Amino acid sequence: MTALPERTERRLGLVIDLDTCVGCHACVVACKGWNDQGYGAPLSDQDPQGAAPQGTFLNRVHSYEVLPESGPAQHVHFPKSCLHCDDAPCVTVCPTGASYKRVEDGIVLVEEEACIGCGLCAWACPYGARELDLAAGVMKKCTLCVDRIYNEALPEKDRVPACVRTCPAEARHFGDLADPESDVSQLVAARGGIDLMPEQGTKPVNKYLPPRPRDGWGEDTDVLAPFLEPVAEEPQGFLGWLDRTLGKL
Amino acid sequence: MHPAPSIILFTTLSGLGFGLLIWLGVDPTPPTGWVAFAFYAIAYALALSGLAASSFHLGRRDRALKAFRQWRTSWLSREAWLAALALGVSGLHALGLLFGIALLPLGWLSAALSLATVAATAMIYAQLRTVPRWYHWSTPILFIALSLSGGALLSGRVEIASGLLLLTGALQFWVWYDGDRRFARSGTTLASATGLGEQGVPRALFPPHTGSNYLLDEMVYVVARRHALKLRSIALVMMVLLPVLLLQLPMPHLFGLLALACHLAGVLTARWLFFAEAEHVVGLYYGKR
Repeated sequence: MTALPERTERRLGLVIDLDTCVGCHACVVACKGWNDQGYGAPLSDQDPQGAAPQGTFLNRVHSYEVLPESGPAQHVHFPKSCLHCDDAPCVTVCPTGASYKRVEDGIVLVEEEACIGCGLCAWACPYGARELDLAAGVMKKCTLCVDRIYNEALPEKDRVPACVRTCPAEARHFGDLADPESDVSQLVAARGGIDLMPEQGTKPVNKYLPPRPRDGWGEDTDVLAPFLEPVAEEPQGFLGWLDRTLGKL
Repeated sequence: MHPAPSIILFTTLSGLGFGLLIWLGVDPTPPTGWVAFAFYAIAYALALSGLAASSFHLGRRDRALKAFRQWRTSWLSREAWLAALALGVSGLHALGLLFGIALLPLGWLSAALSLATVAATAMIYAQLRTVPRWYHWSTPILFIALSLSGGALLSGRVEIASGLLLLTGALQFWVWYDGDRRFARSGTTLASATGLGEQGVPRALFPPHTGSNYLLDEMVYVVARRHALKLRSIALVMMVLLPVLLLQLPMPHLFGLLALACHLAGVLTARWLFFAEAEHVVGLYYGKR
């Protein structure tokens, strides 16, 4: 049934720290690595060794430059995967019921056996979180590693999404955003976590922590400046003569 | 959005077919016998070939029937049901007409269902907030107006078709004018998409992957938009002006057919633009529209 649940018992999701992400794409690789061998159709690649390779990914890292009113531009790495929205438009548009949001933990999933590959859910998602697998003909999306987080065959520290487990900068955090006491909720409160495209009315569960303001380039910090003063303001010797002569012409 | 031939054919042909069914359904003195057969055969051929074309847009055509399941929430599912019901009821009405029995209320019901089918087709696009150009009340109105004009043209209603075509042309003109401003009005920008507006002015620096992907192929169609103005003019001339002129000439069968051919070419062009010009907000993440 593609009606959205009134409310979900938990709201599992990610908190992504744009301040600490270094843009290494390890989460992209870990995501692809885990999700092409377990849950659902493997993430196919098209023409992988050819001239125009492309493939299905559930997580991608964009890069932006932010130019403040004054001061130097800042470079922000921006990982993006499904935000497991409370009002997920991808779920209600689905004609078959393949797209659904789980009541128990709020994860948005695709039942691949019921997916007809019409692509309407990908059109309805403002974030580009869904990609049609061109080999399997069904829609793929982040499962929040539903086959890891409840998997008792794994050591407890591995029961988090692959992207979170692998992130060397610890820029990705996983938890229950419905519980105000959870680590992720505390982090969102402390750092002023934000929603992406709030005007789209999707009420995303995943939150983004904005980059902290950078240190300035004020006089105090510029300890090397005195040593870098120009030695000679006016050219001397031959160059000086040339400068004076050319100036007279 | 990528202007897939399957969806352009689907919306154009089924729009015409159901448009014809609407006019046949509301006709107080409907054709009977072989004339009725010919009219209904044309309507069915158009509607069914449109629906068949739509299935070519599916990744898994073998599962197409599952699309009937979620009519409570999904416009695509509602469209499937309404199309099946409209064709079913129209078929019963047509069966009566073949034997000279005109059950007018059945015709009205078939017309209402056909109209609802066209509206549901348009709602598949109009519901998408992610495509500001489509997310507007004018989308279903334009689809219905085009379907009614095409149906009137097909059923040989010269005066009604001329009037409707001119009205539809005016509406299409305004939809293009207003549609060009809807993305800016939606308020979705790279700043809101990334949440980086507080820090300054964000700009896409480099993409997450060097090649293309499904999202870029499907939703960030930027090719040939530079010819949009020419194509809009061609669409308007072919879809509205030429057919209206041709309809005023004698020999309605010959020039009517020509008018229909022009109209069909015009609608196909306009529908191509409907998809090709629609910008999805996901393009912002890639620094593209």
